Amino acid sequence: MVIVGAGEAGTRAALSLRQNGWPGAITLIGQEDLPPYERPPLSKTALTCATPTAPKTIATAEGFAADKITYLPGTTVCEIDRIHHRVALLPTQREFHYDRLLLTTGASARKLALESHNGAGVHYLRTFADALRIRAELSPGKRILVIGGGFIGLEIAASARTVGAEVTVVEMAPRVLGRGVPQNLAKLIHQCHAEQGVPIFEGIGVTRFEPAGPQTRAYLSNGVTVDCDAIVAGVGAVPNTALAERAGVVTENGIRVDACLRTSDPDIFAAGDCCSFPHVLYGNRRIRLEAWRNAQTQGQHAAASLLGADTAYSAVPSFWSDHYDRTLLICGFTDEPNTTTVERNLGGVNIQFHLASDGRLLGASAFGPNEVIARDMRLAELLIERCASPGGDRLADPAVKLKSLLRAG
Amino acid sequence: MRVAQWIDACSAAEIEVEDVLRFDHDGRTYAIYRSPDDRFYATEGLCTHEQVHLADGLVMDHIIECPKHNGRFDYTTGQAKGAPVCIGLRTYPIRIDEGRVLIDVGIE
Repeated sequence: MVIVGAGEAGTRAALSLRQNGWPGAITLIGQEDLPPYERPPLSKTALTCATPTAPKTIATAEGFAADKITYLPGTTVCEIDRIHHRVALLPTQREFHYDRLLLTTGASARKLALESHNGAGVHYLRTFADALRIRAELSPGKRILVIGGGFIGLEIAASARTVGAEVTVVEMAPRVLGRGVPQNLAKLIHQCHAEQGVPIFEGIGVTRFEPAGPQTRAYLSNGVTVDCDAIVAGVGAVPNTALAERAGVVTENGIRVDACLRTSDPDIFAAGDCCSFPHVLYGNRRIRLEAWRNAQTQGQHAAASLLGADTAYSAVPSFWSDHYDRTLLICGFTDEPNTTTVERNLGGVNIQFHLASDGRLLGASAFGPNEVIARDMRLAELLIERCASPGGDRLADPAVKLKSLLRAG
Repeated sequence: MRVAQWIDACSAAEIEVEDVLRFDHDGRTYAIYRSPDDRFYATEGLCTHEQVHLADGLVMDHIIECPKHNGRFDYTTGQAKGAPVCIGLRTYPIRIDEGRVLIDVGIE
């Protein structure tokens, strides 16, 4: 078994293959020099901690040795030879035979079109090394321009502000968090940043950069200029499909896989940010997720599929995003057409449930202290997983325990 | 040698069946559980993954799930039950005495 990409999905797959009883060789190939590590802290504690420490590892060298997993750090797979079942590696020029191959190549930060024709340095965040570079720019009073009001951009903004930097956010779209986050919650998060002293310009782009002494002057499309010490862009991610494409594996907004995570080649599978898959809970609609929990559970599912299991991946999409002392939690789908929304008040914080016209619970979302919302949001996820139709009145009634609805359903 | 130190944590009635309660004592935090079969258990209160209070998490049968990253533990044994947690929870002896929950936070 050969796994290309040693992020969350690939590493979980490698560990799961062994846990599932695969007795043969497992090779995990990663581009970075570090042991596999958790990425969620990169936009959070890695930027706010006083002294950046090593990243939190998913597995250590000792753990890999104990599991007899061969981990090849600092290694790029440059070619897949599907006919002979071989991958070719850089820089060693080695070749590896595979019986089955898993692609967990992840996604890369989308680059600003603007960057290429000016000298301004723009930071992007995908790796621990990126986080260290951004961390070095953050200190009290430093002026930081964040381009992009998505999850990464706003989490970086919150972390930079927490450290004491002066932060401005610009978002091209009419609102922040335009993808997958209900409008009312995006508004609450916008307000939350404003209260912390982070202005957010929506519907505004950067037209050009110019040097301004030691700083960079950014010209915004509304005529405003922002002088900044550093620029960080979080303008989306693109799935890393080039390797698959070169090998003739079919892609469609990511590496195209079936419900079992198998690509157009029956011996090649894909999981995590790099793949698009049909979701059985949502009419087999093809989706691609950029989320830690999905990477984890999909990597584990892929391990089972590599070993011959024929079950559809059906985990409810679920993610969180931290802003100062509050957390956004979303599970399922909140933006399906023809849905109604009911709210459940948890002592000043609302969870909203998104219901289909036939009453089925499709999604849930909330923004508040994690300790207030997490438990009911997790129960909502379990209700969604079971395709439950618990009834809007009961969901909205704080006296009705969600756990009782789970047992009833 | 371990010296027992029984502490009165709460009333048994304060914890619902299949639920968990946070208990802080002497600078440490604990989680006290009441199982579906109406037994009481106690573990250390913070997840071994990212130091999050487990008492804000969900109890299902004999499993406590961390409210932040969904690490799961069997709270009757402290055993870690899957990603992202790999280190188990310390457990503590517990007994019920006239409706009060006592836990032994013993000193080594």
